[in-house]
Amino acid sequence: MKAIVTVMPKPGVLDPQGKAIGRALAHLGFTDVGEVRAGKVIEVELASSDPDAARRTAEAMAEKLLANTVIERFSVEIA
Amino acid sequence: MRAGITVFPGINRERDMAIALERVAGAPPRMLWHRETDLSGLDLIVIPGGFSFGDYLRAGAMAAHSPIMGAIRAHAERGGYVLGACNGFQILTEAGLLPGALLRNASLRFLAMDCHLRVERADTAFTGHYQRGAVFRAPLAHGEGNYFADDATLDRLEGEGLVAFRYATADGRIAPEANRNGSARAIAGIFSPNLRVLGLMPHAEDLVDPVVGGTDGLPLFQGLAAALAA
Amino acid sequence: MSATAEANRRLAAEFGLNPEEFSRALAILGHSPTLTEIGIFGAMWSEHCSYKSSRVWLRELPTAAPWVIQGPGENAGVVAIGEGLAAVFKMESHNHPSFIEPYQGAATGVGGILRDVFTMGARPIANLNALRFGDPGEPDTRRIVDGVVRGIGGYGNCVGVPTVGGEINFHAAYNGNPLVNAMTVGIARADRIFRSAAAGVGNPVVYVGAKTGRDGIQGATMASAAFGADAAEKRPTVQVGDPFTEKLLIEACLALMETDAIVAIQDMGAAGLTSSAVEMAGKGGLGIALDLDLVPVRETGMSAYEIMLSESQERMLMVLRPGQEEAARAIFGKWELDVAVIGRLNESGRIVVHHQGRVEAEIPLGPLGKEAPLYRRPAAVPPKPPPLDPTTIADPLGLAPALLRLIGCPDLCSRAWAWDQYDATVGGQTVQRPGTADAAVVRVEGRALGLALTTDCTPRYCAADAEVGGAQAVAEAWRNLTAVGARPLALTDNLNFGSPENPAVMGQFAAAVRGMATACRALDFPVVSGNVSLYNETKGAPILPTPVIGGLGVLDDAAAAVGIALSPGLDVVLIGRTLGWLGQSLWLREIAGREAGAPPPVDLAAERRNGDFVRGRIAGGHVRACHDVSDGGLLIAIAEMALAGSAGARLAPPTAGIPPHAFWFGEDQARYVLGVADAAGILAAAEAEGVPAVRLGTAGGGDLTLPGGIAISLGALSEAHEHFFPAWLD
Repeated sequence: MKAIVTVMPKPGVLDPQGKAIGRALAHLGFTDVGEVRAGKVIEVELASSDPDAARRTAEAMAEKLLANTVIERFSVEIA
Repeated sequence: MRAGITVFPGINRERDMAIALERVAGAPPRMLWHRETDLSGLDLIVIPGGFSFGDYLRAGAMAAHSPIMGAIRAHAERGGYVLGACNGFQILTEAGLLPGALLRNASLRFLAMDCHLRVERADTAFTGHYQRGAVFRAPLAHGEGNYFADDATLDRLEGEGLVAFRYATADGRIAPEANRNGSARAIAGIFSPNLRVLGLMPHAEDLVDPVVGGTDGLPLFQGLAAALAA
Repeated sequence: MSATAEANRRLAAEFGLNPEEFSRALAILGHSPTLTEIGIFGAMWSEHCSYKSSRVWLRELPTAAPWVIQGPGENAGVVAIGEGLAAVFKMESHNHPSFIEPYQGAATGVGGILRDVFTMGARPIANLNALRFGDPGEPDTRRIVDGVVRGIGGYGNCVGVPTVGGEINFHAAYNGNPLVNAMTVGIARADRIFRSAAAGVGNPVVYVGAKTGRDGIQGATMASAAFGADAAEKRPTVQVGDPFTEKLLIEACLALMETDAIVAIQDMGAAGLTSSAVEMAGKGGLGIALDLDLVPVRETGMSAYEIMLSESQERMLMVLRPGQEEAARAIFGKWELDVAVIGRLNESGRIVVHHQGRVEAEIPLGPLGKEAPLYRRPAAVPPKPPPLDPTTIADPLGLAPALLRLIGCPDLCSRAWAWDQYDATVGGQTVQRPGTADAAVVRVEGRALGLALTTDCTPRYCAADAEVGGAQAVAEAWRNLTAVGARPLALTDNLNFGSPENPAVMGQFAAAVRGMATACRALDFPVVSGNVSLYNETKGAPILPTPVIGGLGVLDDAAAAVGIALSPGLDVVLIGRTLGWLGQSLWLREIAGREAGAPPPVDLAAERRNGDFVRGRIAGGHVRACHDVSDGGLLIAIAEMALAGSAGARLAPPTAGIPPHAFWFGEDQARYVLGVADAAGILAAAEAEGVPAVRLGTAGGGDLTLPGGIAISLGALSEAHEHFFPAWLD
């Protein structure tokens, strides 16, 4: 199965990239843009067939490596 | 030579470029804010290095949509000269004025060091003061300089003689250890089909003074000044 | 005591105010304090803002010279460098944040020191970084080194200021407490220096730069139930740097500074809006009224306390001349930065903070500054280890193996791994890049004038004898500037120590400052700016005392700067006396496995005499290469020169009865190795000036050859030198 880990800047943590993207979108004429936050998505293929086990594994990966939990939070989706 | 240097928010080598251009042209280039669209009277537009819009999202992605880029595209279509160095090269590929893309360096680290470039053809305005096959030194300073294009594009670039410079050893060999950012076929710079648009990653503009590291980059600007003297 | 008073006292303690300090704050206020007021007192009376434990000692440092335009007390120091120009520079620590989040901690450290410099009207032209990390064998050290180096590069490269120098050292005493000391140097017109003292009743107080969020708010644990159910949302967050915004801020501020719109300006650094508003109004002897509803914020529901104490990056506070708001808006608008008039100056002598229709703080500024705590804390005289007699220390290894091991050890191996991630050439003025000379040399754009820049400290000397170590740090910085041919002008310091409440640490601090002061006086090398970082401890043990010196010198012609590279045919000449001092040497630590003895004594008269001689010979064009002798001693210095120039050397000096390992690896001070075309001329000149000098040999070939036929190939040296960092971190 596949774990899809989404890593985003924590609420309240400055996201310079999101801010710059938001400004550029406004310049391109997208006038109704509010706050923009930019993160990343990491897809991990897992051998496990147990969704709960896969989730636990993916969460451990995110805690240890995929996210910097000082400034980022993550969510895991199993597909 | 009447040169203009585009200034996007976050660009930081515009002063270096202005020094190099003034050295060969005798007069300071015009500085062009990225919201300007009037390039009349200019025969060379230079997009310098730096971190336009912070290089957020993708290096050059946001600058490629700035108002001045439409004018630069028209300038190029009229046969005008364009030089994009480092971030400028990234912006030219994002804007579609040159093919391919600059990916993150293979080491995934920012690279800041001298490299050696082999001149692949000397019959252009940009390279006329070098010999074909000559090797010169230039500083590179980038996080995304790993040139990528599909094989068909690479074959076409090579077949049409549009590869301007390759990363090489000091004695001119193409070797993995000389290609620090991992560029496809060691490509450091490419021309447009009419040879009037050049994108390159290293900073020839930072080696134009014997006191500051040497003058290896000076012939590029001397060549331009000679070709565009009118 | 009422329940409220008790709660306030507890709160005050969380802000770092002890009961006596809190009582004094209450007396100044004359009313029951608000949270914001306690926060303002806590911030302004913190060690960081008030220097309450260090100020009594710092007064000993000489700060004046005819060329000093601005000494300590402003955002940065300023010295005249000739041709109507001034160098503006300072060093500042970002130690703790760099442990928590190494990339952002280091990045925001660079950002903060850049703002200190361009705030004064200077365009930043160079960055340096003095870094100390824990034992490389500790797993966490790798994470910290990698993150800090990436963070320095990530910020400095993006803002387009070349990173041209610095130092990296390792010691287990920095486990869990790395030191990240960032230095920025800028150039301004000597008659266009901007300062922070507010002036002009009625003038607008203007906020520019990035929006305010809940970044780095102090008193992390204070978000208790007292602050409502949304406490979790209010938790403070790590500061994240945005070098892109900083670059815009540099350009916008420098553009506005070309007009006459600005009366005073200060960056919002530690304690953010609080310290900038309090210091600007306080220095001007005025009052200030702030309306926090006008502060640009990027989060909803921010309290007055949070807005006042936020440490969001890339922000500045300015006082403008009346009617200049539109000029500021036009320039900052072009760069898409926020501008907001958030208050006015008045004659009240108070800071009054309004938020959502309420007065959230009202504090008299005079007492807030004048009655700030000042402590002469107990300082124990640190015990000094006795000197080691070199003849009693056997050589367990032999010269050649020791050389190879030393040149490859973490403290002496090549730093190319780090430099290769720092853009050292942007700006097109970098004459001597990292590793090519004892000091970085950056030319002033459009002029022949050059600045020489270095950072130095030898913490193991300071730990053994803080007074000698303090003097040595100053002397080594002065020597490194001299070795490129520059005239040393002034220094900035970054004093990193443990807890001032520990008498042994306070004793180290006092002794180190005393040593620094003595050296500064002897070398005419005043302190013009600096920073104190205390409470650097890990598991209750203090770090090595680390008073880092950032030195600045000037070359009238940058082209005359000398590097360290030897070239074939040059004579190798040693300037300065060699005794073979092995105490606290790297040889003793790395080869004999001991950290023992007294550090090498610092003879300031000899430093001055030898240095002035070397500088004179460089100015006369008699010197092709020059390297000071420091960590690792004479043979390491020569090996570094050989590697830099890809030229070996045949060495056959008189060793004057000193054991060979002590001669080659001893760390006697006040010494330089020169590469010269005419040894006889140098030796004659040295003799005439009473400077010890001896010819060591001749450069050339592919080996370093020592007496007795010992030969070490440059290839082997280079391999040993280059191995450590890439093998460890890539």
